[in-house]
Amino acid sequence: MKIVDKNVIAQTPDTRIVQLEISSPDIAQKALPGQFVVLMVSEKGERIPLTVVEKDTLGGTITLIFQEVGFTTRLLAKLNKDEALYALVGPLGNPTEIANYGKVILVGGGVGIAEIYPVAKALKDKGNHINAILGARTKELLILEKKMQEVSDEVCVTTDDGSYGRKGLVTEVLNELLDKQSYNLVYAVGPIPMMKNVSQVATKHKVKVIVSLNALMVDATGMCGCCRVTVGGQTKFSCVDGPEFEGAQVDWDELIKRNRAYLEQERHICKLPLP
Amino acid sequence: MKKEPLKVKELEVQKRITSFEEVVAGYSEQEALQEASRCLQCKNPACISGCPVGIDIKTFIRKIQEKDYTGAYLTIREKNNFPSICGRVCPAEYQCRKACVLTKKGLPFASLDTINIHFLERFVGDYGMKNNLTVPVEKNPALARFKVAVVGSGPAGLACAGELARGGIKVVIFEGLHNCGGVLRYGIPPFRLPRDILDFEIAYLEKLGVEMVTNVIIGKVKSLDELFKEGFAAVFLGLGAGVPSFLGVKGENLCNIYSANEFLTRVNLMSAFRFPEFHTPVNIGKNILVIGGGNTAIDAARAALRLQLIKGLAANTTIIYRRTEVEMPARRLEIEHARQEGVKFNFLVKPEEFIGDENGMVRKMRALRCELGEPDSSGRRSPVPIVGSDFEIPCDLVIVAIGLQANQVLTKVTPELKTDKYNDVIVNPETMETSIRGVFAGGDIVGGEGTVIEAMGMAKKAAAAIIEYLSKQ
Repeated sequence: MKIVDKNVIAQTPDTRIVQLEISSPDIAQKALPGQFVVLMVSEKGERIPLTVVEKDTLGGTITLIFQEVGFTTRLLAKLNKDEALYALVGPLGNPTEIANYGKVILVGGGVGIAEIYPVAKALKDKGNHINAILGARTKELLILEKKMQEVSDEVCVTTDDGSYGRKGLVTEVLNELLDKQSYNLVYAVGPIPMMKNVSQVATKHKVKVIVSLNALMVDATGMCGCCRVTVGGQTKFSCVDGPEFEGAQVDWDELIKRNRAYLEQERHICKLPLP
Repeated sequence: MKKEPLKVKELEVQKRITSFEEVVAGYSEQEALQEASRCLQCKNPACISGCPVGIDIKTFIRKIQEKDYTGAYLTIREKNNFPSICGRVCPAEYQCRKACVLTKKGLPFASLDTINIHFLERFVGDYGMKNNLTVPVEKNPALARFKVAVVGSGPAGLACAGELARGGIKVVIFEGLHNCGGVLRYGIPPFRLPRDILDFEIAYLEKLGVEMVTNVIIGKVKSLDELFKEGFAAVFLGLGAGVPSFLGVKGENLCNIYSANEFLTRVNLMSAFRFPEFHTPVNIGKNILVIGGGNTAIDAARAALRLQLIKGLAANTTIIYRRTEVEMPARRLEIEHARQEGVKFNFLVKPEEFIGDENGMVRKMRALRCELGEPDSSGRRSPVPIVGSDFEIPCDLVIVAIGLQANQVLTKVTPELKTDKYNDVIVNPETMETSIRGVFAGGDIVGGEGTVIEAMGMAKKAAAAIIEYLSKQ
């Protein structure tokens, strides 16, 4: 659980994206693309899920990438090399089904790019043609572009402000790609509105779309139901039934509302100085 | 001469409801002696048959009468590893106290004038704890070469680990959460089971040489096969029934509808009642409904009411139950405490739908009135919804406490481990051995939701079988 390396990989005056390499030989042995861990920064901390971005089986480490968005992620970003997490458990959730689908589009929005990277890499190794669409708010917050280029056949970058790549949304690029030729699978991770829109665009083009949901979790082993989502009219637990689901089946509006359930407390605790 | 049963001292209501301090104070020595003196010392004590692990109740009460508290402690410990815990959480009115001759036959639970066996057990257990009494450790050197893995650190896992360690076996407990104790930690609130008691029992096991490894989920980071490859000679599975059931009605995924497991885990394990000092939040409503009639429902309701008062809200928490008070599976003492504290009850109500606002927050529950019909398979009169009796109850937070199912994280990835239609692990009832040789199981993962004492009973039986299994190797 010791942090063996820490890097701020992107930052603007108000946001940072941090990469941690954490010693955890057992998880490094077992983690597969699409799986996540749950960690606690301190004894008084929350349990938060984060996707395993990379693993070094020999070195016994895993890599996590996160954006400082709230209290716990800011606290996590305060930890330095050689400090340790209070708790780390995993790998959790079902791994991505890695197969030869043919032509696959992977869409990553913001820090979600970190989550599509291991999937892109595994799909590429299986012989898929990988088309990556990476979206960021602004140039400074674009992460892993080079790594994504290494595992993709084509990469297209969009920024909200046009400071890099194409100005606009990932869904516009997706729509154009799907208009031009046929693809076998779309895989998307990012902010919920992005995943919702990607799902709509892909479904309109009759392409299967897989998303990895970022529901709130507590134990993340199926014991609490905090992460329940409605998929195809049925209640599923993101932690044990997911975290990946078919985007066309997800009740996005419910998920958006459920993820806002603690906004008031989050605002309150974020005003307090970090311990 | 008929003596009145001695009521146990309790924290006064006003002090309880704004804290998570223990409610029942327990007997003093004088009180224990007085209550023990009421025991008739029957020639054929029926109470023992009511105890799931067959504690020699008659003898331990006699030893209290004789002021031989150490003897009383050792008598209980022959069958029960954790008297201080069971004396607090056992539903004695359905077990030993119901079987006591002072309870009239045919009653659904013990009469009030029955001996307060559970309070006496608690007195003895706490006496043992205060005086650091231990049972003799009979380490068999022939077993010292064996290492056994215990999966799960709830009542079953802890009991099994203790038995094995006392027999001289090296035990490693693997716990998925960051803290040991299982349901005793995340489920039962501190006002019913103070954490120092649980911590004491865990520390004692560590002193016996049991190693506790937290944050490890067997079935995810390690398979059963890998445990054997790592040199474990046998495995005990105390996986528990950790998966919450939901009602399956419309609107159940609205915000502020919790499973009791989630609500209690946030409060008990994550200390959300001390937010923001502890960082895990929990929402509290002005108008809380708790659905269900078991101990978990009562625990959730009492915790919710405390949180309302701690947050400066008026106490307004209501238990919604399909049947009536008599059919509630909860402990009678807990029902009484809940009522004293201000928890309201609305019986014969069956939830049909939850209705929310534009933010997805629950705002009301639509329900049907019920009447009692014929007894069902549980022997209790069944709730029959009355057609056309629809009505609405306003609410802004709901806790669903209608039961738990098997935790399938390990069984799903271990097809050789045979399970029944409830996904519970199938065992040989004599040995608690599963379909995999050298793998034993006990607690709620065998036979579904039960009590702490039942889980410990199974664990003890499994430990004896494991010792025999290893002795033959």
